Amino acid sequence: MSPLNDGKKVKVDVKGNNDSPIGNEIVYDTNDLNLWYGQTHALKDINLSIHEKEVTAIIGPSGCGKSTYIKTLNRMVELVPSVRTTGTITYKGKNILDKSFKVEDLRTHVGMVFQKPNPFPKSIYDNITYGPKIHGIRNKKVLDEIVEKSLRGASIWDEVKDRLNENAYGLSGGQQQRLCIARCLAIEPNVILMDEPTSALDPKSTLRIEELMQELKKEYSIIIVTHNMQQAARISDKTAFFLNGEVVEFNDTNKLFTTPEDKRTEDYISGRFG
Amino acid sequence: MKYIDDVQVQKRMSSRVTKNNVLKNLFLAATLFGLVVLAILLIRVISQGAAWIDWNFLTGRLSTNADRAGIMGAILGTSWLMLIVIPVTIFIGVGTAIYLELYAKKGKFQSFVATNISNLAGVPSIVYGLLGLTIFVRAMDFGNAIIAGGLTLSLLVLPIVIVAAQEAIRAVPQHLSEASYGMGATKWQTVKGIILPAAIPGILTGSILALSRAIGETAPLTVLGIPALLIPFPGNIFDTFTALPMQIYYWTLDSSLVQEYAYLAAATIIVLLVLLFLLNSIAIIIRNKFQQRY
Repeated sequence: MSPLNDGKKVKVDVKGNNDSPIGNEIVYDTNDLNLWYGQTHALKDINLSIHEKEVTAIIGPSGCGKSTYIKTLNRMVELVPSVRTTGTITYKGKNILDKSFKVEDLRTHVGMVFQKPNPFPKSIYDNITYGPKIHGIRNKKVLDEIVEKSLRGASIWDEVKDRLNENAYGLSGGQQQRLCIARCLAIEPNVILMDEPTSALDPKSTLRIEELMQELKKEYSIIIVTHNMQQAARISDKTAFFLNGEVVEFNDTNKLFTTPEDKRTEDYISGRFG
Repeated sequence: MKYIDDVQVQKRMSSRVTKNNVLKNLFLAATLFGLVVLAILLIRVISQGAAWIDWNFLTGRLSTNADRAGIMGAILGTSWLMLIVIPVTIFIGVGTAIYLELYAKKGKFQSFVATNISNLAGVPSIVYGLLGLTIFVRAMDFGNAIIAGGLTLSLLVLPIVIVAAQEAIRAVPQHLSEASYGMGATKWQTVKGIILPAAIPGILTGSILALSRAIGETAPLTVLGIPALLIPFPGNIFDTFTALPMQIYYWTLDSSLVQEYAYLAAATIIVLLVLLFLLNSIAIIIRNKFQQRY
């Protein structure tokens, strides 16, 4: 396979693996994306296609631009002043970097789970209904159903069903993170972006989230940034390796971890740096 | 070779300890100085004025006869002032803070405005009095009515409210608003649903403290020409009025003519202090009640 970072518009289709079924549609298509924070060139000529109903992992050492990239996918990166981008990211055929594209619309279809569990200082129930209420749902019965469905979807329903009106801060870290996933499911997104969702959690809670992701990918497309290569190998269908703001290699996870094509990928996954 | 010689250390020990003790007592004296002066002031005011406070004094009209004088007019005037100052400062102050912290693009304009608001908080109150006299009393022709006084005091405390609200908004953790934006919320929805509820204790505490400053201000009202004469109770915001600090000021001024006026002034100070104390207690209660951890 040709390297993805040769600066040309090379569209690489990574299909034909048993674990990643052929024919999944592309949700996100990134073309020649460049991003600057002020003078710092943080993302360089990124070309990536992300497919539906798969887990795509993004790995790489600190400062390689992986978090920046995932935050560009829902334009959260714009919260940082002095961010500038060129190139396109099409989501279902529309360029989301176009200024006329409403971020509020985009973020309704693309949910995000953050590094640190960040429930609102409200009750468990109100945490889940926050999103639906934003989008205009007021009917109590509908909201009740959304709460149960979302909490079940994030496999936390049984633990919290008897204390929906208690403050979310009473939950453990792992439970809080699953609550945040449930909160994200409540807006019924197509894509879930996860920015190192388990880095603040203990191994047991991490395992539960990983199991949950395998369930979720049946219905959602998941893009996860992770520091943990074993995690990427365990849970993802495709993996992109970022280094110094470039995509070094993007391939089926099996191939990338067993037969990496780029020397730098090999060095990284075998623990020689990073 | 050892660099630190035990004999030398022992030699210096006692002078080091003495120095520490001397300074400790010096700092204690500094603290006590303020406390003692305040205590003397309070004792003097209470011993002079407490005997004069009774139902007639609180509810009666003003009179040149010290035995019959009451401060209802001043209490009503101060209340009317607050009815203007509270909504004006909270609405404009919190609105400004929200704009500067959340909507305004971070840049030269934003930092210029923010810096100057902090500077305005340090402008002497008499300058605001002159401003109020020029704009509200003369140009807008309100005369020395409640609305002129209220708007002047609002201008005076607005910078304090803005700065307090800005700090309260800034203290709301970024990860909470990110979670809200991440679900497709607009800025206003995030402000309403996440930021304001978390910032309200700070905003209210700052506002109430600013309010207690407004209640005690005398200089700007003197410049506006607020009287303390025998005037009817104010009925609406366009009536002339007097306020508690004005009452204190005029009674103190005339105490060289009538000895009893000094006691009336002291009694009024007690009323004003109780009012301020109540407001500060409310601020503390609100802060404790709404405070939440993240």
